[in-house]
Amino acid sequence: MSETHAVATESRGPLEYATKDGQMKIFGFWVFLGAEVVLFSCLFAVYLAYLHHTAGGPTAHDLYEVKGFLIETLLLLTSSFTCGLGTHELRRRNKAGVLAWLLITLLFGLGFIGMEVKEFVDYVGEGATLSTSAFLSSFYILVGTHGAHVSLGILWMIAVMIQLGLYGINPVTARKAFIVGLYWHFLDVVWVFIFTAVYLTGLVL
Amino acid sequence: MEKNQSFTHDDHHGFPWKHIIGFILSLVLTFAALFVVLSGALPTTMTLAAIVVLAIFQVLVQLLMFMHLNEHEGAFQTISMAFGFLIALAVVAGSIWVMSFGM
Repeated sequence: MSETHAVATESRGPLEYATKDGQMKIFGFWVFLGAEVVLFSCLFAVYLAYLHHTAGGPTAHDLYEVKGFLIETLLLLTSSFTCGLGTHELRRRNKAGVLAWLLITLLFGLGFIGMEVKEFVDYVGEGATLSTSAFLSSFYILVGTHGAHVSLGILWMIAVMIQLGLYGINPVTARKAFIVGLYWHFLDVVWVFIFTAVYLTGLVL
Repeated sequence: MEKNQSFTHDDHHGFPWKHIIGFILSLVLTFAALFVVLSGALPTTMTLAAIVVLAIFQVLVQLLMFMHLNEHEGAFQTISMAFGFLIALAVVAGSIWVMSFGM
């Protein structure tokens, strides 16, 4: 249906790369993600260095429950997938499709945040607070920084959806939707390392 | 129609196979890592090595199949991410190394 329109406006590639401005902003965002990798690596380094400094408080073994962190992992993983489908629809110039998939992504993201808040509340109930031990301080800072990123991503995605709804898919909104998608996938990249280096490693060591 | 095909080198007008395969791979890698840990079949060092390798593959799935790292300015994007991961490796491995000898 919209095929003729797609050919008429753009025959060289996705709309988000159509302008030099769009290309540079996408590249700039990749540079930002490289810096984010370094930021999180510092938090991982602190967490792993203090893993056994529990100061008599609860240990990783006492706290982590497979069911909880597995559900969080699956929620975020699925949201990354649905966000990818949003980008797929973006490139088909299907506005309704993009909005639908981004909305589903948001719901999974909210589910993830809800699970994480519940997890933190449960831990505090078990006497594991931010100031209990070096291990717990670094745990809350690492996982909490990721959770703050997800929360920001939710607000950002809502803002992009409003713009898509108002202005439709054009080179500017396509670039914004593509970049918020990159950010969302990146949150799953960080979570893969949290799943591995925090939760699974906590069960092993 | 022909012209249309040529610009969708990424198959973006068809069925999103790349995403579905990526999603299945992510699920397989996640459950494989969980299984390695819960089964306890391998010694601790081997278990840790296995889950780190599985995590690296899962990140590659995200970067290549979901985030299109290698499209458009692929080389520059890949270099900036690779540099980030190089620094990350130095920070994490270096910190663990220093802390385990300093204690």
